[in-house]
Amino acid sequence: MDFQVVVLAGGTSETLSPLVSKDVPKALLPVANRPLLSYALDLLEASDLKDLIVVVEGQEAARLVGAWVSSAYLDRLCVEVLAVSEDLGSAGALRAISKRLTANDILVISGDLVTDVLPGAVAATHRRNGAAVTALLCSVPVSGPSETASSSGKDKAKKPNRLNIVGLDKTKQFLLHIVSGTDVEKDVRVHKRKIQAVGQMEIRSDLMDAHLYAFKRTILQDVLEQKEAYRSIRLEVLPYLVRSQLRSAPSGGNGTTVGETGNSAVLSSGNLQCLSQHHVITPSAFKQDALSRSHGGHRCCAYIATKSKYCHRLNSIQSYCDINRDVIGEASHLSGYSFSAQNNIIHPSSVLGSKTTIGPHCILAEGSQLGDKCSVKRSVIGRHCRISSNVKIVNSVVMNHVVIEDGCHIQGSVVCNNVQLQERSVLKDCQIGAGYIVTAGSEHKAESLARK
Amino acid sequence: MSKKSRSRGGGGAGAAAGDDHEDLARPPPLQAVLLADSFTLKFRPITLERPKVLLPLVHMPMIEYTLTWLESAGVDEAFVFCCAHSHQVKEYLEKSGWAEKAGAGSMAVTAVESHDAISAGDALRVIYERGVIHGDFILISGDTISNMSLKDALQEHMDRKKKDPLAVMTMIIKHSKPSILTHQTRLGNDEIVMAIDPETKELLYYEDRADNSHLYVTIDKDILTNNPSLQLHNDMEDCYIDICSPEVLSLFTDNFDYQHLRRHFVKGLLVDDIMGYKIYTHELRSGYAARIDNFRSYDTVSKDVIQRWTYPMVPDVISSRDCSESRLHRQGIYKASDVTLSHSAQIGANSVVGSGTSIGDHCKVLNSVIGEGCKIGKNVLINGSYIWDNVIIEDGCKVSNSLVCGGVHLKAGAIVEPGCVLSFNVEVGKNVGVPAHSKVSLLPQPSNEDSDEELEYADTNSGVTESPPFSSMRSNGDQATVPSEDESGTFEIGTCGVVGYIWTSGDTGILEEWRQSIAPIPKEKLEELQHAVSEDDGSEDESNNPTQPDKDDSSDIAVEDDDPFSKFEKEVEETFQRALGGGVNQDNLILEINGLRLAYSLQHADCAGAVFYSVMKSALVAAQSTNDTLLKTTAEALGKWKDLLRNYTKTVDEEMEILLKFEEMCQETTKEFSPLFSKILPFLYDTEVVSEDAIMRWAEEKEHADESDKVFVKQSEAFIQWLKEAEEEDDEEEE
Repeated sequence: MDFQVVVLAGGTSETLSPLVSKDVPKALLPVANRPLLSYALDLLEASDLKDLIVVVEGQEAARLVGAWVSSAYLDRLCVEVLAVSEDLGSAGALRAISKRLTANDILVISGDLVTDVLPGAVAATHRRNGAAVTALLCSVPVSGPSETASSSGKDKAKKPNRLNIVGLDKTKQFLLHIVSGTDVEKDVRVHKRKIQAVGQMEIRSDLMDAHLYAFKRTILQDVLEQKEAYRSIRLEVLPYLVRSQLRSAPSGGNGTTVGETGNSAVLSSGNLQCLSQHHVITPSAFKQDALSRSHGGHRCCAYIATKSKYCHRLNSIQSYCDINRDVIGEASHLSGYSFSAQNNIIHPSSVLGSKTTIGPHCILAEGSQLGDKCSVKRSVIGRHCRISSNVKIVNSVVMNHVVIEDGCHIQGSVVCNNVQLQERSVLKDCQIGAGYIVTAGSEHKAESLARK
Repeated sequence: MSKKSRSRGGGGAGAAAGDDHEDLARPPPLQAVLLADSFTLKFRPITLERPKVLLPLVHMPMIEYTLTWLESAGVDEAFVFCCAHSHQVKEYLEKSGWAEKAGAGSMAVTAVESHDAISAGDALRVIYERGVIHGDFILISGDTISNMSLKDALQEHMDRKKKDPLAVMTMIIKHSKPSILTHQTRLGNDEIVMAIDPETKELLYYEDRADNSHLYVTIDKDILTNNPSLQLHNDMEDCYIDICSPEVLSLFTDNFDYQHLRRHFVKGLLVDDIMGYKIYTHELRSGYAARIDNFRSYDTVSKDVIQRWTYPMVPDVISSRDCSESRLHRQGIYKASDVTLSHSAQIGANSVVGSGTSIGDHCKVLNSVIGEGCKIGKNVLINGSYIWDNVIIEDGCKVSNSLVCGGVHLKAGAIVEPGCVLSFNVEVGKNVGVPAHSKVSLLPQPSNEDSDEELEYADTNSGVTESPPFSSMRSNGDQATVPSEDESGTFEIGTCGVVGYIWTSGDTGILEEWRQSIAPIPKEKLEELQHAVSEDDGSEDESNNPTQPDKDDSSDIAVEDDDPFSKFEKEVEETFQRALGGGVNQDNLILEINGLRLAYSLQHADCAGAVFYSVMKSALVAAQSTNDTLLKTTAEALGKWKDLLRNYTKTVDEEMEILLKFEEMCQETTKEFSPLFSKILPFLYDTEVVSEDAIMRWAEEKEHADESDKVFVKQSEAFIQWLKEAEEEDDEEEE
């Protein structure tokens, strides 16, 4: 497939601090003990999309990512890691590397996407429709339906927040209207002519733009070049393309009019007509014909992932916790590990003390030691952690080389590399930055702690 | 159909009781309310003489179709609400035998009469007061043609109501033809945009009469929060057949301002979220339903009837009821058995000729309906027209795409252009051409177009033929000279003219004429429409062709996002400009500006600044050249508008605001003023726009400012000094 893939891997995102730092850029943040970026890269490999450009914000972060990629994907993918300056936005980053794009179609994927929707399917849809852009839309996550009460707050379960409002045509193939960003909370305004042109439009507010797009290269480059102010693909480039798609070609007006008794029909040459008509009359062969005839305008398509597919973006601490829990829980096929009969993974090199239990949906990585009477539930524990006795870890992520002393309780928290938890410290819904030392006996609730 | 055999239970009066029928062993009889008055003026002038429901649609009055359908759909009891021309409707019901029918297996028809109803809302309030409706009922108007089966829709409605008592109405909708331009133009009615929940089919949004000034459909955000997905439809027709719960009637009574079924009632329910009543839709997938709302839909539905879409409501099936036999021939030609047809006459496809009609030599009838007892001479061309009963058309006439009512007499050589409506007994003189889209009636056009009026006319003029107010009108000279391809060759300018009043187009307006007339939509209009589709898409957003770089795109957005103050300032300026140009009264100007201030919720001081800015701007525009003239025009402008300004400078703060604004203008927007600052300041003082207190305070405040900010203070130092001295002198004098 003549597709070039651009993976926007981000840099050291502010929103994820203290989890990410100079030493651990977002792309390398461990999710179930695997770097975040590996989920996207494995997915691309599975779709046989092997010509990749990974764009990282910041030189240092790029170096780290580059080092990891070259070691992990040496023979598997053809990856080029490029550094761009920070704060360019997704569109800005694309613009910066625009010169490197050569293939006819470009697949842009966000490096923080954890999904099992195959990018190849999106690419194929894109090709089939001859679209200018195809966006992956997936259902808005209602975070962990089974566990909502315990971890993610009740209000969220009640009403999934709206992320996008999209208008689709009758066949759900074409993207006719998109609202994103802050406008989502406003009243929806749809151009009347647009509805007239397509007859009916489905407005959905339960779909979200997953930040996986296939672009036609020429159109993408044109837009990036002309709209220098555009910073975000999701908020600006895509809405712009959707807005401008139904414009008919300037030459228009060569429509033929057919007047009959009472009922008159007008055949127009514009795009509009194709949209409203082809699903009525045409089998796919004719559709191709109709597409090739339509000149001038372009079309925006959507690939809608089925509800059963997993599709989340890791762009907040909440989503980090959710994704970790899902990857070792209900979406365990994403993790790439094979779970034991107890539905957990305990690395053979790890050492467990007596009366220590590791519940289902847990991962214990190599070289970690647990003392006596510990209990671990629904948690991820990284490499070479030293955990003493009587420690409870629930719904948490413990990264590598963490030292946890006797009697600690950790719930709903993220503990980064090299953290030391002294005796009897209690953490609830906290994030502990790398290298931090939690003093003995201290209690923390919903705090974010990091080394100064 | 099974409902037919049921005996009628639970009759008698009493308020509608929704939950009562649960207890009854038998389901209550299915009732229907038929509105035999459309409460519009679309069919004027014909409706002055005959109610719309009695107008013949391919030989049969419209109400006949509606009643027949109701009966076949299993309705047990129908209430015909008549208002205008009520006695004609009642007479018809009796004559046709509907009113007498009773007993099992047939529908009981009762007329409900009221003379002060001016809208569907009033009609339903009357029905409510009569207390005749006990359960769910079908609401339909007497001009609706349908052959659909109500069973599914009724079942759906009942099931829904059991689950949710707030589901009070089910609207029947239908897909319209799948072409952009004919979606809505086919029936000539207004565009409808509906939003429907794809799962539950609940109606969430309804907009008819979509005039083009609203380019956007706006859906309230609350709707979306409750319904994650909805379908926006522009390709649906409203059939105006509703299945209602009895609550609907009481809703009309509670909300006495509900008049129009759709515009008020449906929209009112959708907007009202306190009561939470819901309206659902039922999409008609097979079967026919359409309402005759205007002349175009009359034309369209007539053609559908002839083409048998409405089977069994077709001429050869139901006309047998009246024993005037009509038979279907090839190519959709219906001919009564006793038609006298010349051999050389030609009747084209999809035409109907009524009994007792004679058609002369070399006539051509195409796509037309000709009523009973008509006499048509030689060489007549009738195309796409509707000729009702007992019409006399003499030799060589041409009638195209027009409606010709009963008793009309077209004298030899008359030409009726497309889109005409000739009301009852109108006479058109020899060789007269009736211009396109004219409406001619023997009755004068009422000056006050009001439905009440129609009532009065109905009562006084029902037997109008006895003494018609004749008025011979010469038709327009140049219209009459339309060259004809008549065989006669010669063509005289109209000598006798038209007997009857030519109506000027009424409330629909010329613009809507093409949309609602029988005449086919002109090609240019179609192209225009099509053009509009592409045009408006272009203007949809500021950014133009993607191949043309345009930088103003971003700047446009910037302006939109501007703070409310600059918007306010802009509006004040525009208002002021209007005052300059059109001479708006100063008081009104103040009112308008105050209104703007409230709209943007700003302070009085902001107003002062904005008004001052506008005044100065106007001076600048007037001068435009040297400093001297600028000074002069500024002085003039200030002199002229000092009262206005003083209105806003009641406190020192506001005066300060003006000074600061002036300073800002000099520095930023209109640098032309900067050299003149010190000269204009005395003007402001003299015209008492700013007081010396304000100037002093301004000078004081600026003392501690940056050097760059002090430019103007320094410039006007002399003046300030003078003021100070004057003040001291005053003080001294006082002492």
